[in-house]
Amino acid sequence: MNGSQILLECLKKEGVDIVFGYPGGVVLPLFDALYAEKAINLVLVRHEQGAAHMADGYARSTGKVGVCLATSGPGATNLVTGIATAYMDSIPMVALTGQVATSLIGNDAFQEADITGITRPIVKHNYIVKDIKDLAQTIKNAFHIASTGKPGPVLVDLPKDVFTSEMDFTSYPSHPNLRGYKPVCEGNKLQIKKAVEMIEKAERPLLYVGGGVVLSGASEELMKLVEKTEIPVTTTLMAMDAFPSDHKLNLGMLGMHGTRCANYAVQESDLLIAVGARFDDRVTGKVADFAPHAKIIHIDIDPTSISKIVKVDVPVVGDAKNILKEITSQIKKMEHKDWVKQTEEWSKEFPLTYRDSETEIKPQYVVEKIAELTKGEAIITTEVGQNQMWAAQFSKFKKPRTFLTSGGLGTMGYGFPAAIGAQAGNPDKLVIDIAGDGSIQMNIQELATAVKYNYPVKIVILNNGWLGMVRQWQELFFGKRYSSTFIEDSVDFVKLAEAYGAKGYRIEKKADVEKTLKEAFAHKGLVIMDFKTSREENVWPMVPTGAALHSMIDGGLA
Amino acid sequence: MEQTKIIAVTVENQPGVLARVAGLFSGRAFNIISLAVGETEDESMSRMTIVARGDEGVLEQILKQLNKLIDVIKVVDMSVEKCIQRELALIKVGVDGKSKQELMTVVDIFRAKVLDVSNESFTIEVTGTDEKINGFIDMVESFGIKEMVRTGTIALTRAKKTKKQEAKGESK
Repeated sequence: MNGSQILLECLKKEGVDIVFGYPGGVVLPLFDALYAEKAINLVLVRHEQGAAHMADGYARSTGKVGVCLATSGPGATNLVTGIATAYMDSIPMVALTGQVATSLIGNDAFQEADITGITRPIVKHNYIVKDIKDLAQTIKNAFHIASTGKPGPVLVDLPKDVFTSEMDFTSYPSHPNLRGYKPVCEGNKLQIKKAVEMIEKAERPLLYVGGGVVLSGASEELMKLVEKTEIPVTTTLMAMDAFPSDHKLNLGMLGMHGTRCANYAVQESDLLIAVGARFDDRVTGKVADFAPHAKIIHIDIDPTSISKIVKVDVPVVGDAKNILKEITSQIKKMEHKDWVKQTEEWSKEFPLTYRDSETEIKPQYVVEKIAELTKGEAIITTEVGQNQMWAAQFSKFKKPRTFLTSGGLGTMGYGFPAAIGAQAGNPDKLVIDIAGDGSIQMNIQELATAVKYNYPVKIVILNNGWLGMVRQWQELFFGKRYSSTFIEDSVDFVKLAEAYGAKGYRIEKKADVEKTLKEAFAHKGLVIMDFKTSREENVWPMVPTGAALHSMIDGGLA
Repeated sequence: MEQTKIIAVTVENQPGVLARVAGLFSGRAFNIISLAVGETEDESMSRMTIVARGDEGVLEQILKQLNKLIDVIKVVDMSVEKCIQRELALIKVGVDGKSKQELMTVVDIFRAKVLDVSNESFTIEVTGTDEKINGFIDMVESFGIKEMVRTGTIALTRAKKTKKQEAKGESK
């Protein structure tokens, strides 16, 4: 067999049935082998960045490893943003790139780029395979690294001659050979015991839940712990779907655009139990004033995230699922009546809200309507900016892996290709990309991909004619000097949808919002809905940069 | 408070590993004082000896981040181990117009070696802890250092001694 065929055999052994990719010179032999391959479906994208985000969206929504494929040089460098996005959010992905033939490496050959060098800081690990004999073991290692421990992207660079050289291929390796890689999954017993004791002593404990809970599939274990202990929960942007939105102990998102209730709870709590979260600056606000009265338990699979930003009292390294289960089994049944009552008062006094209007369409209103109609059954993806925050604030989630958003890197242009990837992995689900008129244009070329393969993604554009989040900051912190953020009416999205063979709606009246959403959700193909929303709506409440979590501003809403 | 740590890192002997370690330090703005790399008794592994500086939190992060690299097999904090440290320096010292005899006295005191001699300069090899080398440099600075190269510290843990040996002071 040649290297291309061996690679496909390896991918099949890993259970890969879909690859998002784009051909090119050095990967011609691989695409030739794919031509005859029935078990692997290659989704031809329109830009390699789209392929990386699709693999990411596929991985986030299914829990499986997403695979993307690009040719050498520009093909590979176009993957970079998508790989970095996956890295920051710990998404299991394998990126395959072609490389010039081994004899040419280092010669500035046509379409040569040192992609392992370029991606080194944004991958969990990467490889260049220089000998066909190493190919199968490398693929085994790559999938193992990507999907275990703290997941992440792994890039495998494949020179052209590796695709074409021949060898006997008898069996796929059964084990990775990685003596330097042993992620800790079981939590240390003594640390768990300490954590249990600390939780039992606390009067105002709070669970601060991050994306690690989704990644480890620990939602059920989290629910059991909450039900046994009556500890309120606040989630990060990455974990909006880790715990049901309508649960009475869910205080909502914390941080910069979190709820007042969640932020006050952090500031007042005497024990913060961080699970699969990493104290991001968008979460902590001013670190010195973060959770000033709280001891901190930190459950995380990544030892480097412990005590990196905030000093932790009881670290427990390991997989959230195992550790939550262990804590729940050891802990006594508890109630926190006064504390819960306090959070309920905050919730009542400071609900997430907005000033609705009869003459304008408020973006929050659109998101609320989507939540009402989909009842937590849809997969929601977002772009980045105001659209992302409104989607997080006003959507209602029931199940994990239904909210896909670029939390760490904050990649505009993520949501639409991620939605395509999610749709590919969940053909029967309704997949909605909540977008802004700015970010949707960053990977708009993937309309062709979605239409070609009939992925019926619904794109909701909250169109305010601005790069809204930057505009908001300019309004608040730069004296309303709107430098390079005005993009009014630059595109006719209805015509654009039609140009790609999709359906387009322009919605200008509030009365048409619900009707259009219903129609679009019932439509079998891809739909773009261009909601002309209130122009200068801001995301509230907000913790200004550098301020403590309780110092929130709200534009006079409360 | 800033401290210095000697860290022994056993890594896969593969291309790109040095770049991963170096990239880690630059990407996370860790301070590196010296780095020495070479093969070990097992040719599939290399050993890096890194001297790093930072406060407690930073040094802890350095150890953890190194451990997180897939190609890193083992990380040992030599500062908590009893270890032998050595560094080698080659120093070209100017000798014109100065007393060669005076320089030779310094060389003798530090058990250094003169490797190359000309009318203008002596090239001297000195081995020891970085403290000793710094001390030697201080002493010869007045002669005029024309060129200097240092290897960076390397370190090995001491062998376990019997009580008897320790009592005899053989651990030094």
